[in-house]
Amino acid sequence: MAHSAQRTGGEEMNRSTDFWILVGTLIAFTVINTLFFAIGSFKINWDSFGIVIAVGLTLAMYSFLYKDNPAFKIAENLYVGVALGYTVIITWYNALKPDIYDPLFVPIFTKATEPEYLVIVPMILGIFMLMRISARLSWLSRWSFAFVVGLGSGLTIPNYIHTFILKQIEPSMRPLFYGGESIYVSVNGILVLVGVVTVLLYFFFSIEHKGPIGVASKIGIYFLMVSFGASFGYTVMGRMSLLIGRMIFLLRDWLGVLH
Amino acid sequence: MLDKLVNIDRRIIFALVAAAVVISLLMSFSLPVPATPPVMGIYDKINDMPPGSHVLIAFDYDPAAKEELQPMAIALLHHCYSRDLTVIGLTLWPGGTGLAEQALTSIARQYNRKSGEDFVFLGYKPGVASLIINMGENLYTAFPADFYGNDTKTLPALQGVESLRDLDYVIDLAAGASIETWIAFGKEKYKFDMGAGCTAVIGPDLYPFLDSDQINGLMAGLKGAAEYEVLVKYPAQAVEGMRPQSVTHALIVVFVIFSNAVFFASGGWRTVRRGPGARR
Repeated sequence: MAHSAQRTGGEEMNRSTDFWILVGTLIAFTVINTLFFAIGSFKINWDSFGIVIAVGLTLAMYSFLYKDNPAFKIAENLYVGVALGYTVIITWYNALKPDIYDPLFVPIFTKATEPEYLVIVPMILGIFMLMRISARLSWLSRWSFAFVVGLGSGLTIPNYIHTFILKQIEPSMRPLFYGGESIYVSVNGILVLVGVVTVLLYFFFSIEHKGPIGVASKIGIYFLMVSFGASFGYTVMGRMSLLIGRMIFLLRDWLGVLH
Repeated sequence: MLDKLVNIDRRIIFALVAAAVVISLLMSFSLPVPATPPVMGIYDKINDMPPGSHVLIAFDYDPAAKEELQPMAIALLHHCYSRDLTVIGLTLWPGGTGLAEQALTSIARQYNRKSGEDFVFLGYKPGVASLIINMGENLYTAFPADFYGNDTKTLPALQGVESLRDLDYVIDLAAGASIETWIAFGKEKYKFDMGAGCTAVIGPDLYPFLDSDQINGLMAGLKGAAEYEVLVKYPAQAVEGMRPQSVTHALIVVFVIFSNAVFFASGGWRTVRRGPGARR
């Protein structure tokens, strides 16, 4: 009981501290921006207003690194809403309007040109897909999916076999010496060959991994480890790049300490 | 003491990384950014193209990947406009429309290039693979109008281009799997030269395509963008980002060594070897 009461007291204190940290950060943010506008670092226009909003949202998103908080939640939900709204508008003006509305509906009412009635077929298939929301009419969506699956398979299977299997086998089968190449190219070729064979052996489960097969599959594991390490290294690089980009924005566009 | 280090508050690590980035940005020192052969592949290809050649740049990313891919796009556009190449821009991602238009038009202004005459922005279209096939058959049925609603058949920038086959070079700047789609449904089917730029996360997956000559060049992450900025002699955000990038990488290496040393010194490896439920 005493422990539970102590823990509750500690949690309340933490919550109170977090609340004041949040309030303090918001006050500091408001004061800094007001100061920038007052001293003329920011001119009163939409660009400056945009920078302030972008800074606020950036700080709100990074505040999650300290702890989950209302500012982060607001920014997160705002992002989802804005992204969806943006996508709807872009899709209307770039796809639905020029591909359906303008060629089909506009000529029907204006009689300026002949309507493109062929557009009705994909439009109906698209509407059928949306019928999944109705329990009574959801069977109609199967026609659209049948079309998508059939067309998709027909297009994808031969192209994928050609691009991702046949063309990828070529570099694994290059001759080690065909004249003029450096020693590194040959070493690379050997490494690729050994890597492909040993990793394939590692994933070959019909033979017990003992003796020479066991050694080869062990080498395959090392190749996989190197590959995972490279992927992890690149991932770290990517995440750091995102942080650096935001920091450059904060220091240059907002605080003006970087030129 | 060791227990405290094993259970160190992760926020301390975040603070150290943030401090490393800020300090290295504020301090003035430069590190060399030598160009690697994959990046040189794209640079050389664009450099060897005669003026007026058509280069298609697909801006297949959204603001989440802006920090890595926008510097790449800007450096590429500087190169293309300075060489008098005709740039055709489009995006397969709806979220990339604003970024693509901003990059195309802002750099074009610096070189007095006009929309529709020296470059064209086709905007966004859904479909990905089917759109690429459509463009491979006929560019004008895929994009009857450009982003601003102009009839594409009348645009001087597209004169001589009927389909993807007529393009001199295609570059996909991607934050997702679109490079593979461009290769499978575009490059292999309609036989055009292709280069790629991507976020660092997907970089390792794309090197096999370099080895098989399915792409002639690759820029991976901010490092790839920085190399291109150096090549076109336009050092900007990517080059500036290389200082903190190097410093944070060194810091993370130190973290990895330090955490492993603490892990072994605290005897944590014994628990792992025996399994979490094992008795000591």
